[in-house]
Amino acid sequence: MIAIINYGLGNLASIKNMCKRLAIEAQITDDPEIISKASKLILPGVGHFEKGMENLKASGLQPLLNELVKNKKKLILGICLGAQLMTKHSEEGDVGGLGWVDATTVRFDQSKINGLKIPHMGWSEIHLTQKNQLWLDLPHEPRFYFVHTYHFLFENKEEISATSTYSYDFACAFQKENIFGTQFHPEKSHKFGMKVLENFNKL
Amino acid sequence: MRRIRIIPVLLLSKGGLYKTIKFKNGKYVGDPINAVKIFNEKEADELLLLDYKASVENRPPDYIRIKEIAEEAFMPMAYGGGIKNADDAKKVFDCGFEKIVLNSILFQNISLIEQIANIYGAQSVVGCIDVKKNLFGKYHVYSHSGTKNTGKDPLKWAKEIELKGVGEIILNSIDNDGTWNGYLFDLIKDISHKIDVPMIACGGAGSEEDFKKAVLAGASAVAAGSMFVFQKKEMGVLISFPSSLKITT
Repeated sequence: MIAIINYGLGNLASIKNMCKRLAIEAQITDDPEIISKASKLILPGVGHFEKGMENLKASGLQPLLNELVKNKKKLILGICLGAQLMTKHSEEGDVGGLGWVDATTVRFDQSKINGLKIPHMGWSEIHLTQKNQLWLDLPHEPRFYFVHTYHFLFENKEEISATSTYSYDFACAFQKENIFGTQFHPEKSHKFGMKVLENFNKL
Repeated sequence: MRRIRIIPVLLLSKGGLYKTIKFKNGKYVGDPINAVKIFNEKEADELLLLDYKASVENRPPDYIRIKEIAEEAFMPMAYGGGIKNADDAKKVFDCGFEKIVLNSILFQNISLIEQIANIYGAQSVVGCIDVKKNLFGKYHVYSHSGTKNTGKDPLKWAKEIELKGVGEIILNSIDNDGTWNGYLFDLIKDISHKIDVPMIACGGAGSEEDFKKAVLAGASAVAAGSMFVFQKKEMGVLISFPSSLKITT
């Protein structure tokens, strides 16, 4: 069973809907016991980074997540803000994150985006930069739905599993051991997203 | 290369789908769940579901129905119609929508934008501006499904709602709705260059050419109703989305 962690932010129903379509057992929950027992975790999230960290702290789940992910190496997929929270720090609110991956979260560089509007909203193709279990059998020219103003900036480029382009290239997915993250929304990306969630479920 | 979002607009009323001409004479075009399934299969970029008479009939969103519809959508989906407060918005988000669309309520309570954006983020709040040209060629903003002239100037109103924090603005032409005659390219150009948030062109699209022209005029995304629910102008219902349809810049 996949536990979709509910900390009061994000479109949890969409993730559950797609899991249901794929016949993946998933539960939206903030119950420590269910989260501990789950075979895998999804950390979703849409919204402000600072608010996300605040909510995580207020939920009391942060120590448990640290334990499960860092020590017990439980598989986890962060989506959008959920993935950003896994970085060390964000420029959004200038606050620290969970620090699970060697990256920070930074705003799109206004000076490099040639007048494009922010947020980056819409479908973009992604470029797979490594063989990754999440990308197995992904349909040709994979594209995903993005909505974000901030993106990951990796110190350790080897953790990047895909990049995308919005005037410039940015990391849009990563893996570090048991920790996976995508800036895009698989739950809103048709067959491409279904494949990613299916692959995650099979791990 | 950037893909421009092409967004089918689905007008909901009493659980079914309709298509209007100039905001009037809603013609029944089918079942929304069936339509969403088709748009999934054809990989539409995004969907816009509007309970277009909710405000004028003073009805809240039909949460049960829209939840059923959202459960079938594996693409981003926005909902508008009858949202009056942050609690209504929460219920819509909980149904599985990414974005909510606000229109009529903003003339009574513009700070609702901030209230919702502070919780769900600006990207999830879309402001819809319905405009109509008067006899002297001047555009005014209308509310309540085009039945009330608010007297507002579209550009000023766009700036006002942008300042309150909407993440996107739909510019919808009442006069061109359902006509297949093209968007309000002049107004798109005027407004899109003076706001920072993306603009979605809506109302009047009749061809792929119209999409391209809207983008050239400054729209960040394009929306259309008739093109995706009818075979051709004045022809029968055919809910579809050409899989090959792709506009890039």
